[in-house]
Amino acid sequence: MRPFQYNRARSLADASGIISDKGALAIAGGTNLLDLMKLQVEIPEQLADINHLGMAEIADTEDGGLRIGALATNTAAAVHPRVRSDYPVLARAILAGATQQLRNKATTGGNLCQRTRCFYFTNVDQPCNKREPGSGCGAIDGIAKLHAVLGTSDQCIATYPGDMAVAMSALGAVVHIAHEDGEERTVPVADFHCLPGDTPWRENVLEPGEIITAVSLPAKVAGTQIYRKVRERSSYAFALVSIAAIVEIKNGLFSRADLAFGGLAHKPWHDPRIADVLIGQVPSEKLFDEAADILLSGAQGFGENDFKIPLTRRTLHAVLAQAVEQAA
Amino acid sequence: MSAHLKQDEPDTSNRLDNMRQGVLGKPLSRIDGLAKVTGTATYSAEYSPENCAEGVLVTATITRGVVTRIDKDSVLSMPGVISVIDDARLTTRAAQGTADEAPQQSPRTVCYWGQPIALVVAETFEQARDAAKHLKVIYRENEAAPVSPDLVEPKEHEDETVRQGDLARAMSDAAHSVDIAYTTKGHASAAMEPHAAVAEWDGKKLTVHASLQMLNFNITELADALDMDEDKLRLVSRFVGGGFGSKLGVSEETVAASLAAMELERPVRVVMSRQQVFQCVMRRSETTQRLRLAADKDGKLTGFGHQALVSNLPGETFAEPVLQSSHFLYAAESRELKLNVARIHQMTAGSVRAPGEAVGMPALEGAMDVLAEKIGIDPVELRLINIPEEDPEQGLPFSSHKLAECLKQGAEAFGWDSGHREPRVKREGEWWVGTGMASAARVHNVSEAKARVTLKPDGTCLVETDMTDIGTGTYTILAQIAGEMLGLEIDKVLVDLGDSQHPRGPGSGGSWGAASIGSAVYVGCKAIREELATRAGTSEAELELAEGRVVGGQTLTALLDGDEISEEGHYEPGDIKDDYTASGFGAFFAQVRVNHFTGETRIDRMLGAFGFGRVLNPKTARSQCLGGITWSIGVALTEALEFDPRDGHLVNCDLAEYHVPVHRDLPELEVVLVDERDPAASPIQAKGIGELGMCGGAAAIANAIYNACGARLFEYPMTPDRVLAAMPE
Repeated sequence: MRPFQYNRARSLADASGIISDKGALAIAGGTNLLDLMKLQVEIPEQLADINHLGMAEIADTEDGGLRIGALATNTAAAVHPRVRSDYPVLARAILAGATQQLRNKATTGGNLCQRTRCFYFTNVDQPCNKREPGSGCGAIDGIAKLHAVLGTSDQCIATYPGDMAVAMSALGAVVHIAHEDGEERTVPVADFHCLPGDTPWRENVLEPGEIITAVSLPAKVAGTQIYRKVRERSSYAFALVSIAAIVEIKNGLFSRADLAFGGLAHKPWHDPRIADVLIGQVPSEKLFDEAADILLSGAQGFGENDFKIPLTRRTLHAVLAQAVEQAA
Repeated sequence: MSAHLKQDEPDTSNRLDNMRQGVLGKPLSRIDGLAKVTGTATYSAEYSPENCAEGVLVTATITRGVVTRIDKDSVLSMPGVISVIDDARLTTRAAQGTADEAPQQSPRTVCYWGQPIALVVAETFEQARDAAKHLKVIYRENEAAPVSPDLVEPKEHEDETVRQGDLARAMSDAAHSVDIAYTTKGHASAAMEPHAAVAEWDGKKLTVHASLQMLNFNITELADALDMDEDKLRLVSRFVGGGFGSKLGVSEETVAASLAAMELERPVRVVMSRQQVFQCVMRRSETTQRLRLAADKDGKLTGFGHQALVSNLPGETFAEPVLQSSHFLYAAESRELKLNVARIHQMTAGSVRAPGEAVGMPALEGAMDVLAEKIGIDPVELRLINIPEEDPEQGLPFSSHKLAECLKQGAEAFGWDSGHREPRVKREGEWWVGTGMASAARVHNVSEAKARVTLKPDGTCLVETDMTDIGTGTYTILAQIAGEMLGLEIDKVLVDLGDSQHPRGPGSGGSWGAASIGSAVYVGCKAIREELATRAGTSEAELELAEGRVVGGQTLTALLDGDEISEEGHYEPGDIKDDYTASGFGAFFAQVRVNHFTGETRIDRMLGAFGFGRVLNPKTARSQCLGGITWSIGVALTEALEFDPRDGHLVNCDLAEYHVPVHRDLPELEVVLVDERDPAASPIQAKGIGELGMCGGAAAIANAIYNACGARLFEYPMTPDRVLAAMPE
């Protein structure tokens, strides 16, 4: 671990000012950042500790939604009565991630910003374009079982590892971002993370000095909510594939199908074409296959992770069948 | 005083059964348990001598080659950096278990990616770690560095080769036969406590607190590495946070801390990072196995073939003993066993949790299930009818043999349905449900051991030996043996372990600790009883001790009359070792569910029935079995070391990415202890239990996966991708 300057931020503006410098990072729960600092994957010169800025509140919004403060812990969000009653897909997604100890410490904003678990990213003695631009990608032709099959580039095939953001993406949640100058902007969770392209080091749309202040969820919608995470061990493992689904069936036809996928890409994967295929149609195996065809039309495996493509298809079948069954 | 027992004959006297205290065989909690859960048990890295400097190992970033230059100046000006140790005596691999000599040294010769090559010492751990990352090392790479067994010509490990009868003939004549290839992935010991050492040098003597399993061997290994006399060294390992084979031999941090402490003349602590523990201690070799089983129409085996290919670094003697129990588990006239070793440039392969059977038994017992299906016989019955009368290769009698009882009692307790077994019959929602079973076997070992037992004038007892307790319950069972023999409650017995200044035993490993050192304590106590009997005017055989007194007579304090009696018990397995084949046996039963859509396997319940001689403490024994079954779940479903196919480095080197089972993976586990007395195993009629619980369990799960969903897999671990690939549509 490299020596660094610790700053306890006194205000959002203070924090924002500190982290606009290159080599400065914000720290909240630290469950990911501290590990990366020990490995020297991250070597910040300055840390802005934002834990004392409030922002932990979970409150109803005027439009009937829910605003989750950036510093609300994963545990607090998962057990919140309104999250449990109106957004169960989010509660389940959060509880499917990490361990109780980590969730007690990890925050909502930090969870959105967590880095990939690619083995080559976390080993500083291996090439990684994300960590060291231009050094190459160790995972391509390497050990890539957990890696992406959608939206990859020849620079990077890492996945976004989280669960929470997958559910938020399906729910149409919005990230609130504050800038040093006091301006606030909002970005849908579905657009918050980036694809690797030629800039794999850029994982989300945050600009220098910007800090997540909250995530807001729209008002509850009708339908069944499902979070399905497929993994090798039943806890404390990243998703091979995960699906967050909010599905409504009216008069025997799909009337809502908001789906997002984890474990497949550098970001929670959201493909609006899936809803287009499903809505207004009678559920059937054939229809599920059509949805899977569209989702996976651009999918490309890298040998070890080829299985994710048929696994995603099968898991989609399971989730849609479960939604139909629960609607009946 | 000392007492020596060389066991040449079976001991059927079962003396421990005739004692009066009644403390042995009781399910007592560990006497060190409170200290551990309250954080007051001091582990090696927690010793903090004054002025202790911190060392961090620097590891190679090439697979094979030579370090041509270490630019010490690149870090010596960094804050707090004291020194860069690149002494030629630094070790680059951990010693193999019971090596008794230094492992590979010459740190400038790199044989695998991640090999330690130097130590950076600084005032603080953070400074040392930062400097270790910045140390400039210049290499000359050797491109000829095969990292996969496919790339080299393997060599036969001839000690293992057996050819009896004509297997090819047996196979072609067989009414039923199977010929199956299995693969298993590498495993890590994954002990919770990382390897750590704190070395102190006073100019004459080097004292090292280190996390080690076998001090008696480790001190010789360390002395050899340092080129010093053993009497100038003291090793202390009072508490060890799990070893599972990874701490059998002295490892790199202990030698490095020792060299640094002597060079700098101040105490030095070296703790491996989790990644270093994974990357530079020991891996279990991956295996490729071929099983050939030939049976007559009734299921009696006529031919038995088991071949395996394993790997290790060039120059390492250890080869994963895959065939260990295959030599004697089932009778068959024609036998062919062969072990091949491929020399590759991956980290050292060595002992990891039940070396051999942990991966050999899952393959053998998987093949037995396929055979049972072919014959149309109940798989329990297939095992029962093939249990040999004597060791089928050596013709030796078994010291004791409880496989049949374990199979029967296990099946009964599990509720095994011995009817017709059709796969893919029971489905609950998305989940296919099925059952499977397998035999368990693990060879029994014992070794020479010494322990000093001292009965103090106040009627308390002190047991001293260099034996370690690696979390298994050794402190407790030794207190129970001494308490039973001397008529004392265990709170009157102080057990002092893990110090090389004490009488030496074989340490913890190969499940031999309890029977070996337990026998030494027994021998020491027996000698004390002789003296007490003389004082009490009776014979040792008739002396009855309980609650600190002669039953119906004087107290021990009165008998001792201010004296203390101290005896060094010395146990040695004699000719008996060559007269019997000794093994623990057992049976596993599992009920699993397999998700039709995702291929995920979850275990509903699992049961193990085990016979391993006298049960010294049913609580700690059961815990050992539960741990073993848990490891077998890891072998079956989750554990796999992944090595980069280009440079051979270990990729998944922490506990987040290397998947040992977590609590949620553990179903209802049931353990049936089939208590017995094995007179030839040890003078206390006990055998090893530490490893037996994982030897075969993975096959019970694999066989249950097949029974549930019809996916017959031949690759461990059976991860969702593999299950789906094998699942019928």
